[in-house]
Formats: sequence, structure tokens, C-alpha cells
Amino acid sequence: MSMPFYVPAEQMMKDKADFARRNIARAKALAALFYADGILICAENPSSTLHKVSEIYDRIAFAGAGKYNEYDRLRIAGVRHADLKGYSFSREDVDAQSLANAYAQMLGDVFTHEIKPMEVEIVVAEVGADAEGDRLFHIFYDGTVVDEDGFTVLGGEAEAINARLKETYEPGLALDAALRASVAALAGPGRTLAPSELEAAVLTRDNGRRAFRRLSDEVTGAALAGDEATVEDAPEASPPAEGTAGVPESAEGD
Amino acid sequence: MTLPFFPAGGDPGPSFLEILKRARSEPAWTDLPRELQPNEITHGTTVVAIRYADGVVMAGDRRATAGNFISHRAMEKVFPADRHSGVAIAGAAGPAVEMVKLFQLQLEHYEKVEGVELSLEGKANQLAQMVRGHLPAAMQGFAVVPLFAGYDTKRGTGRLFEYDVTGGRYEESDFAATGSGSMHAGTVIKLGYKADLDRDAAVELAINALFQAADEDAATGGPDLVRGIYPVVATITTDGFARLGDEDIATRFQALLERLSIPGRTTKVAVSPSEGGAGR
Repeated sequence: MSMPFYVPAEQMMKDKADFARRNIARAKALAALFYADGILICAENPSSTLHKVSEIYDRIAFAGAGKYNEYDRLRIAGVRHADLKGYSFSREDVDAQSLANAYAQMLGDVFTHEIKPMEVEIVVAEVGADAEGDRLFHIFYDGTVVDEDGFTVLGGEAEAINARLKETYEPGLALDAALRASVAALAGPGRTLAPSELEAAVLTRDNGRRAFRRLSDEVTGAALAGDEATVEDAPEASPPAEGTAGVPESAEGD
Repeated sequence: MTLPFFPAGGDPGPSFLEILKRARSEPAWTDLPRELQPNEITHGTTVVAIRYADGVVMAGDRRATAGNFISHRAMEKVFPADRHSGVAIAGAAGPAVEMVKLFQLQLEHYEKVEGVELSLEGKANQLAQMVRGHLPAAMQGFAVVPLFAGYDTKRGTGRLFEYDVTGGRYEESDFAATGSGSMHAGTVIKLGYKADLDRDAAVELAINALFQAADEDAATGGPDLVRGIYPVVATITTDGFARLGDEDIATRFQALLERLSIPGRTTKVAVSPSEGGAGR
């Protein structure tokens, strides 16, 4: 009679958590923060087609860091959840909190019951009618939910980026200042990020029913150009190739 | 509500209708015990679409009827489908409005899941499939006949599509009308239509068509001057779907009424002499 090896629950959870953490730490980071007119999500992402930041519903956005296929599946599930809920009840009944809870259940279940946890961290953002109504939920690979106030960072080197952003972040920043702060924090000392290496999107209070809007490279570039220190002091060695979009490396988002 | 998560092989793709089926909450108009009589359900009537130089104008009256009853005076039958297209409905009001709601959702759902908009052709085909899916209900007295029009951003022109209850999809080059007053409205447009009309002329033509349809068809509502309810008129151009203001439409109807009325005229019909004063 064969006996399965006994693995203490503590050891198993620790192994899974280590596995997920290690792989998420290899991913490119992203920052989400409140600014004057809503919420800005800014990610380091060389691909212009494989998005880390997306629209879920009228006032809700999603961003993921880690393994692309896993967070993209979560994103689509979120769109389906929100559209179904809006259809069954009303558009105004769709909120970020219930979606964040559904994600947390999902990730928690996978973490506990599946062999492999999801190697992702996600953020669910909702812009309110006024600044008090803005919500930012950070959901970890094991289903832990954190209700963030102000800003949050996901992906690799999240702690260091978080510390850098903490120094420059203040409530009520204008869009270009918020963009500069998050890009500087993502890049870190001695490194610059060109607009084509970034993916930025906003949820704005005054954008009509669908608050989500992507910021084009031109808009991002113009906002960043306002700050000489990050852009003009360090010319790019080589222009980042648009053609990298779709290659497996960027598809995995790390 | 749990998160709708599917295994890779059983993923429903970007179709919201498929998601609804999985969630078992799609509207079922089909299992009805018997054929419903027209006076038991609310019907929407006349809608038109006209292509002009910058895109398409869509218009619809506001009356809903159930048999001889006017069941609603301010019903809307012209809706934005998404940014660059609109849908107008005639037929059984309940399923028609539901179909529009699902169609709008489907277009937005596809756009969010896939990251790109459907082409105008794709949107027109999607609506055709929905109308075809509705055929069993149409056979039981719930016919829904929409018009679909939009600005094709790839071709740089306005386009419009007519449907029949079987889901047949017919692209029209100039104009289209559907509903009980469509014959009259269509004739008015046919006589007044010219290639490359400007916006003003196209709106005028649509308003004139709806007025004449209301004049001839009892189920089509004209301008309701008592309550200030006017037909819905919208344009779809490269700038997207834009509904004209009520003030604007009211002014245009006033002008039309002034043009049509003859000062001092009252219509007298002779009373038959044999009936004497019995009718008094």
C-alpha cells in the first residue's frame, strides 16, 4: 500500500507563497495612484498590444502584474462578472468592492486547492463621483485584499518603488505631476523610461459614462517632458522597438 | 455572484450572449402557451434612417400602441448602439428594447474583452443573428424589426441596414424605414431624397417623413404639442452618435406645420340632407 508523503500545511503554504512571490518579483512593475481628477495607473510595459491595464466597467479599471495569461484571464472574468451584474441589476450596482471580493475568493481558492498558485498581483480601481468615492483594491496571489489609500505598487521591486513613490506622492496631484512621480518611482535612480516603454491609463471623473481612457505615447511624452530631470538628461541609447509586442518574453510580462 | 471563470477549452469567447446562456439568464420569449393577440402587447411603430453627406440621420416617433390603445406617448425607439452606430426599433416593444439593451452590451463587451471594436459590418451581422434568434417568438406575435445605421470609420461613410423577422440583413444605400408607418415615411423620403444631402436637409426630410407617417398611420405618433413630446432625431457622423435637442426639433416641427397649413382654412364636409338634423 502506497502512502502519500505527509507535507505539513504550513510547509505547503510557505512553498506556494515563495513560488508565487519569486515569480511576481521578476515581473515588470506598475503603480496606481489617486490624482486630482481620478485614478492614474502607470505600468512599465514595452508591448503596445499586450495590456497590463484595462477597462472593466464604466468606472472600474483593472491592472495586473505577473504572468500575462493568468492576469488576462482574471481581467476577462472581471469584465464578464461586471457585465452580467450590470445586466441583471443596474449599471450603478456594479462596484469595485464586490469585484475585488470575487477576485479574492478566486485567487484564495486557487492558492489553497490547486497545485500551482497564480503568479499574479492585481489592482481593481474605481473612480467615484468625488475624491472620497475613489477606491483602490490591491489583491495578492493568495487572495489577500488590501484597501489602499492614495497609491499602491505591484510587481517586481514593489517595496523599493513604493518607498520612492511615497516621497513624491501627495493627494490631489495634477495628471502630469502624478505621471512624472510614478514614472520616476518605477524607473528608479540611474534609469529612465521612454513613453513607448510605458503603458498609462486613467479613470477620470469627467469622461462621461465610460471613465476609462488610455494615454497615448504622445500624451505621456508631453507630460513627462515637463520634467527635464527624467527625460532630457538621459538620452535613450536605442529607441525601444515597437516590434517587441507579441514576443513571448513580453507576453509573460516579466 | 461568483466570478465567471471557464476552463481554456470551454471559454465562451467575447460573446455576452454566450455568457448569459451559461449563466442561464437569457430572456426566453419562446415557450409561450399560445399566440398573443396584437392588442395584448405594446408595439413601437415608425423609424427611419437616411444617409447624408457626413453620415446617417436616424429618427423615430414616440408612440407605443397596444391594439387601439396608445399605451405610451414618450417611448424612445432610437438608441445609440455604441459610439459610431445607432439602432432603431419597431415591433413588440418589450423584446425590442431588451434586444437593444443586449446589443449595446454585446458591442461593449466585445470591445472590452478583445481590446478592439467590432467592424460596422460585424455589428450589423451580430444584430442579424439576434433577430434570427428571436424568430420563434416573432412567430408567436412578438416580431422585432430593427434598423441599424452607423458611420463606418474604415470606409469613411455612413451605412444603413434593414432587417426582416428571419434575421435577413439588407444594406440600403440611401434610406430605410420600418414599422407600421414605414410605407408613408419611406415614400416621403424617396421623393425628397438627393445624393449627398447636407445635415439640415436630411433632418428636415426625416421630420417630414415622420409627420406624414403620423398623418396617415394611427399607430404612429406625430409631434405632441400639448405635452411637448417630439420624435427622436439623431445623427451619426465621424464625431459619433449625437441626439438633436428637443428645442431644435420643436422649432423644426413648428416651421413644418406653418409651411403645411393654409391661413384661414377650415374643412367643411357637407351633411347629407336626408338625415336632417338628427346628427346634431
